[in-house]
Amino acid sequence: MLDFETPVLKQYPIIPLIQPGVMAHSKPYVAKPEIQGKIGFPEELVENWQEVAIKKMGELVSKSRALRVFLDSCVKCGACTDKCHYFLGTADPKNMPVARQDLFRDVYRRYFTFAGKYFPKLVGAKEMDKEMLDDWYSYFHQCSQCRRCSVYCPFGIDTAEISMAAREILDSVGVGQKYCNEIIGKAQTIGNNLGLREPALLDTLEGLEEDIEEETGVVVRLPLDQKNADILLVTPSADFFAEPHVDGLIGYAKVFHAAGLSWTLSSHASEAANFGMFIGSHENMQILAMRIRDAALDLGVKRIVFGECGHAWSVAYNFLNTLAGPFDFLDPNYPVPQHICEVTYDLIQRDLLTLDKSANDDKVLTFHDSCNIARG
Amino acid sequence: MSLLTLIFVLLFYTATATLVVGLAYKIRLYAKTPAPLRIPVTPAPITRWGVVARMFFEVTLFNSLFKANKWIWLFGWLFHAALLLVLLRHFRYFTDPVWGWIGAIQPYGKYAAFVMIFGLAGLWARRFLVDRVRYISSPSDHLMLALLIAIGLTGLGMKYVSHTDIVAVKAFFLGLMYFDWQPLPSDLFLVIHLSLVVLLMIIFPFSKLLHAPGLFFSPTRTQVDNAREKRHVVGL
Ligand code: HEM
Ligand code: HEM
Ligand code: SF4
Ligand code: SF4
Repeated sequence: MLDFETPVLKQYPIIPLIQPGVMAHSKPYVAKPEIQGKIGFPEELVENWQEVAIKKMGELVSKSRALRVFLDSCVKCGACTDKCHYFLGTADPKNMPVARQDLFRDVYRRYFTFAGKYFPKLVGAKEMDKEMLDDWYSYFHQCSQCRRCSVYCPFGIDTAEISMAAREILDSVGVGQKYCNEIIGKAQTIGNNLGLREPALLDTLEGLEEDIEEETGVVVRLPLDQKNADILLVTPSADFFAEPHVDGLIGYAKVFHAAGLSWTLSSHASEAANFGMFIGSHENMQILAMRIRDAALDLGVKRIVFGECGHAWSVAYNFLNTLAGPFDFLDPNYPVPQHICEVTYDLIQRDLLTLDKSANDDKVLTFHDSCNIARG
Repeated sequence: MSLLTLIFVLLFYTATATLVVGLAYKIRLYAKTPAPLRIPVTPAPITRWGVVARMFFEVTLFNSLFKANKWIWLFGWLFHAALLLVLLRHFRYFTDPVWGWIGAIQPYGKYAAFVMIFGLAGLWARRFLVDRVRYISSPSDHLMLALLIAIGLTGLGMKYVSHTDIVAVKAFFLGLMYFDWQPLPSDLFLVIHLSLVVLLMIIFPFSKLLHAPGLFFSPTRTQVDNAREKRHVVGL
């Protein structure tokens, strides 16, 4: 067993004193060459990586107002320094949002701004050297891109945007992170992050149908690739596989059944989570989003509904329309995409679901927006 | 025309041109850079007017900063509010006749200089006393505060220690504006005050002072939460 020292939760947080470098060792596994190659990145650190990185940085900044404004605007006021859970938990100062941004900003200044080119010491501008690259790999992967810091920054500077850009640059020079990149490769070829193929999906869904019937005595269908269904449900592939996620999927099926809605899952778009966002790759994010559009067109559905997933909903809610729209072939009476909670809420409002409130009344609830439903 | 006057005529034209062209360039760049992917931070307004209201409170009250840290908010807000008063008060050097409301705020403006320096000192103290803020401060962050404090102190110096001929100062600046150059008094405090102001104007578009225009282009604050209803392609 690991020996954790669990801090006591207090009314006001106690901000730790900084301990430089304590988390420098912490980094994710590097993606193997074939994983990198599969999703369009160099297989390993390219020879002229410095040049490539700087060029990519310029490209990204010129295409993103967010980066442009965020890189220029930080006044180093310090308001965000105690807002990141990675800092509060580790005390490593490079986990303070502004210091994390500065790993990027210092390089940006050095190569792209007057002050950084001619007075690097004065403004703290730094070279893109190996040490910096290593720091990037460590600390830009110690950001969950939760955007908490952006709530507090007086200019709304969102460290997540900068982390994403940094990861995209890392990928572009050939040092990718195994977890996300491997998953993206699977989702792009097989259709979901877990790499479940159609027969496996069918088998799982049949198993769930049996479980539901056993438990309730009611025959509830979980259709796959059913043409001309009204609703395409896109849910994270963990729902087909893991506890307790699978309870979510069973719940969705029961809701659709009770409300008499016609729905289907798709084997082509059997993944809601879009990991393209986490590596800041517009191209990969778009490829994944397009699979959903293609599935909707192919199956001839009228609505797209997303199951619960924090890795899915930000992209779905904010970006899907831009990445894979316009969705003018769907029923305009429903938002695209719609969240399963919205669907269920609407059904409850219209008295189309009979709820047994006593089934869960022994539970104490707290709301934690892990699935990004509130944040969008 | 004395050498001093000549130098300051040239300096002020250069500084004004740098400030105006530099800011215009940056603002154009911010406005033209695409932002198709929506990233408004929750709770985000769902209408344009909602965004206007959100921005109004961000700009006038530093709303988010207040949520984040009361000390920074206190010092920072006092500094900016006082700076605004001080700058408005300075309009009397550039308008003739002086606009009525500029005249009306003069008495309050007198205290603003002290509040401004107090706020700046508080912010500067944090850069030494709070280990996290010390860690993120580069020399330019210290110098920026030093510069503003020095401008404030030399201004106070003129007001309380060694007066300058403000009628002549006004004549000089009106002269600059109408290309009819007048002599500038050669008092020490004034010369330092104006030199530092020139420096401030020149570094403005190259420094973190870009936070002032930047705030108005920050996507997390200025975007409407309507990505499902409206398809954003270039995202203006
Ligand atoms: C639209 C106008 C402006 C807004 C909304 C604004 C807002 C802010 C905010 C929220 C901060 C962070 C908190 C703080 O440290 O005070 C800040 C910092 C700062 N502002 Fe402004 N500002 C504006 C214009 C200006 C101007 C015109 C100047 C200078 C001539 C200026 C100088 C500074 C400086 C030096 C800091 C950093 C203070 C430090 O080192 O801690 N600001 N501003
Ligand atoms: C071209 C621009 C400027 C001119 C011509 C100018 C001129 C002056 C003069 C003549 C005074 C003395 C007032 C008196 O004796 O009653 C003064 C005071 C002062 N100035 Fe400036 N100044 C300029 C810009 C600035 C700027 C940008 C700041 C702030 C960042 C500033 C801050 C102050 C302060 C705090 C005082 C003292 C209190 C007051 O009279 O408001 N000045 N200035
Ligand atoms: S977005 Fe990243 S830096 Fe900001 S609070 Fe979340 S984890 Fe920390
Ligand atoms: S709160 Fe914003 S402006 Fe202040 S230090 Fe953090 S990122 Fe920079």
